[in-house]
Amino acid sequence: MDVIVCVKQIPDPETPAAAFKVDESAMQVLPAQGISPVISPFDAQAVEAALRIKDAAGEGTVNVISLGPDTARDAIKHSLAMGADEGYHLKDDAFDGGDAWATALALSKAIQHIGLPDVLIFGRQAADWDQGTVGSIVAELLDLPSATVLRAVELDGDSISVSRVVADGFENISLPTPCALTISNEFGDPRYPQLRQIMQAARKQVTELTAADIGADASEVGAAGARVQMHALYQPTSDVEVEIIEGDTPEEKAAGLVNALREAKIL
Amino acid sequence: MASILVIGETDDAGLTAPTLEMLGAATRLSGGLGGGVALALIGSGVGDAAAAAAAAGADTVYTADADSLDTYQTDSYLPVAQGIVEQDSPSVVLLAQSSIGRDLAPRLATRLGSAAIMDSLALEIEGGRVKATRSCYGGNARQVVTVQTDPQVITVRPKSQDPLEADAARTAEIIAVDVAEPTLRAQTTGKELAESDGIRLEDAEIVVSGGRGLGGPEAFGDLEQLAGVLSAAVGSSRAACDLGWYPPSQQVGLTGLVVSPTLYLAIAISGASQHMAGCGGSKNIVAINKDPDAPIFGFSRFGIVDDYKKVLPALESAFAAALE
Repeated sequence: MDVIVCVKQIPDPETPAAAFKVDESAMQVLPAQGISPVISPFDAQAVEAALRIKDAAGEGTVNVISLGPDTARDAIKHSLAMGADEGYHLKDDAFDGGDAWATALALSKAIQHIGLPDVLIFGRQAADWDQGTVGSIVAELLDLPSATVLRAVELDGDSISVSRVVADGFENISLPTPCALTISNEFGDPRYPQLRQIMQAARKQVTELTAADIGADASEVGAAGARVQMHALYQPTSDVEVEIIEGDTPEEKAAGLVNALREAKIL
Repeated sequence: MASILVIGETDDAGLTAPTLEMLGAATRLSGGLGGGVALALIGSGVGDAAAAAAAAGADTVYTADADSLDTYQTDSYLPVAQGIVEQDSPSVVLLAQSSIGRDLAPRLATRLGSAAIMDSLALEIEGGRVKATRSCYGGNARQVVTVQTDPQVITVRPKSQDPLEADAARTAEIIAVDVAEPTLRAQTTGKELAESDGIRLEDAEIVVSGGRGLGGPEAFGDLEQLAGVLSAAVGSSRAACDLGWYPPSQQVGLTGLVVSPTLYLAIAISGASQHMAGCGGSKNIVAINKDPDAPIFGFSRFGIVDDYKKVLPALESAFAAALE
């Protein structure tokens, strides 16, 4: 059972809100001092799902692809340290400034270049832009059946059975291979690489691929291929002024809160 | 041909709230695009909701009613939605940021040769295109974006738009769409309904919500007891759900539900941006947290700085006495 996982390196989503800064004129998020970028957490869970499928099958490969600048290599290395077999880095100035569509197009061409696997796995959304569309766009471009926002993925003979998180519970779905999946946070914690595995991954070659390598025209990827245009990026402000209810005992504070809510006609 | 096509959803009670909200937004925006609002209803038994759709603002209602569409599957809904969009050829297609919309919108947009903007909070027309404001970076930032290709596919966050006053005098042209027997590659094999006793989170006037600071799953029993006194629903932060303390169906936040109750009681919740994405629209947030620097206080109208374990019993009796 061969699996390809698409991963992305992003600013650490656990960055404290106070350290999060935006350059509004450049429409960019500024790197937070002393906080390293990380593999998008949903993508690490996607790698975990892939490794479990390979383990259950007892054979096959788990390969990872990341599109991005030099730092994308770290997301690939993290995946290799978790146990993935080969890494591919889509690295070309032509890929810069792409939106979800342009990124998905490049990924789909890279997947065809490497060879279509049995299962394609993505995180449900990259925890930076939070769009959650790349997996579905790639599935559509490659004409694959897909299931998104999954909390469980299992190999079931030749097919894949999954549990999809929906508003009122979970749907169990069976997919033939090849198929595309996106993993949600309900999946649970991914394995954390040990030092020995990190050292081994550091020595592993990562294959770099340009737009030309994957047969993509520079006009259809990156900023040139983007279909969504950004006009502004800013930090929202809260104009709420909190009133802290004081009191010597929890009872006093509780009574004070109930009074305040009544006076404000909220209760 | 309408300028905006809403792909709606129904449940046992008829059109869902996000569908009514999108019809409100579409009516407000369509004037700037040449007018006309259409609604597509895809499912089994959806024809019954057509009259309500007219009252809620639709000029045209497409109904794709078939047993094969009873449960959402990408393979069955996608060709039907594609057919309706191609028949109507709107400039804009709106879907809810729901389990269905999240899955359908990007594939539909791709199949139509366009792209999707997800989870928009505000919509306006500028230069004949829809400018959408959406949350990103886990709620830490907002971006304003447009789709440069047609049709512009946009999903809308629940509770971000106002529905119209229902007007029973309004009428709509109803067009029944033929549904071909779908070729299902992915098959739904079963459904597990989350336990839901009591009030739905999205509908509750008061929500009592707990986070990682509760320290363990038992504390949700105390929250449920307080919720009982207040006739409230109980929610949870993603951190608490991921730890297995409370079911994912009760998760409030970017990857869970959006709620906007009159009163949101955030108990031992730090106020991470991704949580605020789900409860920031609440009319009043009250925070109980022992950390005076917790970000949640920056969003709250009232706050108590204390250990929730001490405050909760006192609060329960104070509420019970006040509501007698």
